Amino acid sequence: MSNETTMNQRKLAMANLKQYGMMIALFVIYIIFLMLSDGKNAAPMNINNLVMQNSYVVILSIGMLLCCLTANVDLAVGSIVAFCGAAAAIMVLDYHIAVPVTFAIVLLIGILVGMWQGFFIAVLKVPPFIVTLANMLVFRGLTMVILNGQTKGPLPQEFTQVGAGYLPQIFMQIGGTKIEILALLGGLLASVVLVLLEIRSRRNKLKHNFVVAPIWQVVAKLVVIIGVLNFITAKLALYMGLPLVLLIMMALIIIYSFITNDTVAGRQVYAVGGNVNAARLSGINTDKVMFWVYTNMGLLAALAGIVLAARNASATPKAGDTFELDAIAACYIGGAAVQGGSGTITGAVIGALVMGILNNGMSLIGWSVDIQRVVKGLVLLAAVTFDLYNKRKSA
Amino acid sequence: MAEIILEMRHITKEFSGVKALDDVNLKIKKGEIHALCGENGAGKSTLMNVLSGVYPYGTYTGDIVYKGENCEFNTIRSSEKKGIVIIHQELALIPALSIAENVFLGNENTTFKGVIDWDETDRKARDVLSTIGMGSEDLSQQVQNLGVGKQQLIEIAKALTKQVELLILDEPTAALNDEESNILLELMLNLKKQGITCIMISHKLNEVSRVADSITVIRDGHTIETIEKTDKAIEEDRIIKGMVGRELTNRYPERNSKIGEVVFEVKNWMAYNPLDSKRKVINDVSLHVRRGEVVGFAGLMGAGRTELAMSLFGKAYGKNISGTMIKNGEELHLKSIKDAINHKIAYVSEDRKKYGLVLINDLKWNMSLSSLASRFSKHSVIDSNDEIHLTEEYRKKINIKANSIEQIVGSLSGGNQQKVVLAKWMLSEPDVLLLDEPTRGIDVGAKYEIYTVINSLADAGKAVIVISSEMPELLGICDRIYVINEGEIAGELQKDEFSQERIMKIIMNHIGREK
Repeated sequence: MSNETTMNQRKLAMANLKQYGMMIALFVIYIIFLMLSDGKNAAPMNINNLVMQNSYVVILSIGMLLCCLTANVDLAVGSIVAFCGAAAAIMVLDYHIAVPVTFAIVLLIGILVGMWQGFFIAVLKVPPFIVTLANMLVFRGLTMVILNGQTKGPLPQEFTQVGAGYLPQIFMQIGGTKIEILALLGGLLASVVLVLLEIRSRRNKLKHNFVVAPIWQVVAKLVVIIGVLNFITAKLALYMGLPLVLLIMMALIIIYSFITNDTVAGRQVYAVGGNVNAARLSGINTDKVMFWVYTNMGLLAALAGIVLAARNASATPKAGDTFELDAIAACYIGGAAVQGGSGTITGAVIGALVMGILNNGMSLIGWSVDIQRVVKGLVLLAAVTFDLYNKRKSA
Repeated sequence: MAEIILEMRHITKEFSGVKALDDVNLKIKKGEIHALCGENGAGKSTLMNVLSGVYPYGTYTGDIVYKGENCEFNTIRSSEKKGIVIIHQELALIPALSIAENVFLGNENTTFKGVIDWDETDRKARDVLSTIGMGSEDLSQQVQNLGVGKQQLIEIAKALTKQVELLILDEPTAALNDEESNILLELMLNLKKQGITCIMISHKLNEVSRVADSITVIRDGHTIETIEKTDKAIEEDRIIKGMVGRELTNRYPERNSKIGEVVFEVKNWMAYNPLDSKRKVINDVSLHVRRGEVVGFAGLMGAGRTELAMSLFGKAYGKNISGTMIKNGEELHLKSIKDAINHKIAYVSEDRKKYGLVLINDLKWNMSLSSLASRFSKHSVIDSNDEIHLTEEYRKKINIKANSIEQIVGSLSGGNQQKVVLAKWMLSEPDVLLLDEPTRGIDVGAKYEIYTVINSLADAGKAVIVISSEMPELLGICDRIYVINEGEIAGELQKDEFSQERIMKIIMNHIGREK
């Protein structure tokens, strides 16, 4: 019995290590650029930029993960981002529609675009790759048309708030430095919540006689996560406090983690990706699942479009170009299986952060955009090769 | 005494410890049509795969002597070089290529360095097609536009271009209608006149007794006997006796049936092929199952049993389905699989890996999949404690051997995987269970355990339908058997009438019936 327990514990530890592998890689990449840039990438303003610059890719990756779970991708998201941003800018600047109303309408447009894609995919059974490739062209073209090929701006402050604004701020002078107190408190509060959640889940597992990770592992994990979290909030406190997009991202991560882990709908997406025939014969309406996955992607693409336009304070015809590739890469770097059926929201977000830190770090040390692409491509290739190799070895 | 062209001596072939062929001997005379007969899984196809090099030399024991020469075939190519060509049940044609291209597939006429000589290809293709009576066919036509019968002939043309001397046909007429079968059989007799030796595997005993010169019966991986055609044709009954004559040992658990009233009834059930809505797949089927009863569906492969079961399961198969379905006195109009599950009907598919399991997920997720909405969630949120408790309970209940319910099902043995599928459907608490080949490809011990589960389900008052291609299994576990052939109920047997000969006879009579 005790022998079996230690064996199971070791297996669990290995599984956890794999799960945290990309997190460790993220950490290592950050440290490398910290040294290469002489600490520039740890500057408060840079941390702030990291959060803001990557928010749209993180939002898109969350939606894209669901597509990846079904063993498909959505190539149209970059174009939909541009189209929704353009629509929002035109509504606010040309038609003087109130900003909140505009946001609601644009999100609705995103849903409709997603349904349009979902209709072809789920009802007419056209392969998603083709449908989304076609719509990538369609919506890029439509963006050019409605913008007349021009950039539309500047957007009012009420609009840009979403992409470039902050949560309420309380600044205090401590030892000669200006600190935003609420960011610090937010970090501490989140840390406490994390600890409580971990304790609850552990108790629950023990109650059902489940194998749990050794206590040192749990403590180590919590120390690292809380350390990173408070490092970020402390840096943000030294700058302007918590960006609004950080809140949006956190909310999305929590909501979608809940959906994928704890709801029937989420489980159905995994089942469809894992074995569509078995899913169908288990009573799952697989067409419906595909339809909603792409509809959801449309909604999140619209949100990303709003955030991007807000951050740039304008809408441009070229906005969101190749974002779909960043989002897809994020999912696969974050451990989603190319065959579908496995992958996590946190994985996709970590994948997005890996890409973001690479971008940011390479910019800081002055590498050109061309080289950045080469490096990003190689990282994706390495991550997926490693993942496949690992799976084949364990199979 | 005719010359022996092929002799296979003491052939034994194992698949991970299970003997598929055990000391098989086969002698083929030059220029004859030799039929191999036996039940599904008897080892006929395995034997032919050994002969043609699909299973390379060294993976089996025994000798193959062909034209007086000891042969060690490592690939299909090496046997083809000697003039042995096998045509499998699943045709090896490329649908989007032309007739001429398919005829010379892998054997192209080239000028130099791999450039295809189209004139030569067309000329030779025309020649070979006229020898099989297809001389007027348009050579540039895509093969996918031809019927199955003609496709089968193209396969034979392909074999002829390879200078075939020994042609092996695996169930050549299984997918053909009577007219097409006739053409094929005539062609075989023609080829015989040209001196080509032919081995055919077939279930259709009427065809076998019509064209075969001798018949070897294989059962459970052993050669039982070789029947020679003397002056009169070989009688079908004689072949059937050889095919099924085995003793039943105690391979099935004791069962005291407590059979109640009719709970599930189907009347005048019809279904059409989903790809070809003019082809009737299920024709006017009426049947019933009583509470606590285990009813078997017997039949040959492709008889339409799976199609019938799936069409009953919320129209999971078929088009333009019509007929009446009554469960517990209430008429059901199922629109979807979900509908069927909600009405307490379960279907365990014949291919657990393809249709039953999500192999990359764990036991827990697989077992809860079909009852997530009804049993494991409140307001669409999964209750993971319930999930853990219930799946663990069922794991213990039917004795699934796994480290825990969090083990990935892909890493389980076949028998345990099958139990996971059963557990999944037991968790949906069905009244009617359709079990399609529930013991396919699992070992004897695991089979016994599955039978025990089936018994306990029936004892719990459920109506159970079992589809199986292993006749002894049906005889061992069922209370009543429907014999199904070509999408129709060909006959019904009560327990006291059970015998394999009877089932085979019903099938053969139905195949040979006047249409």
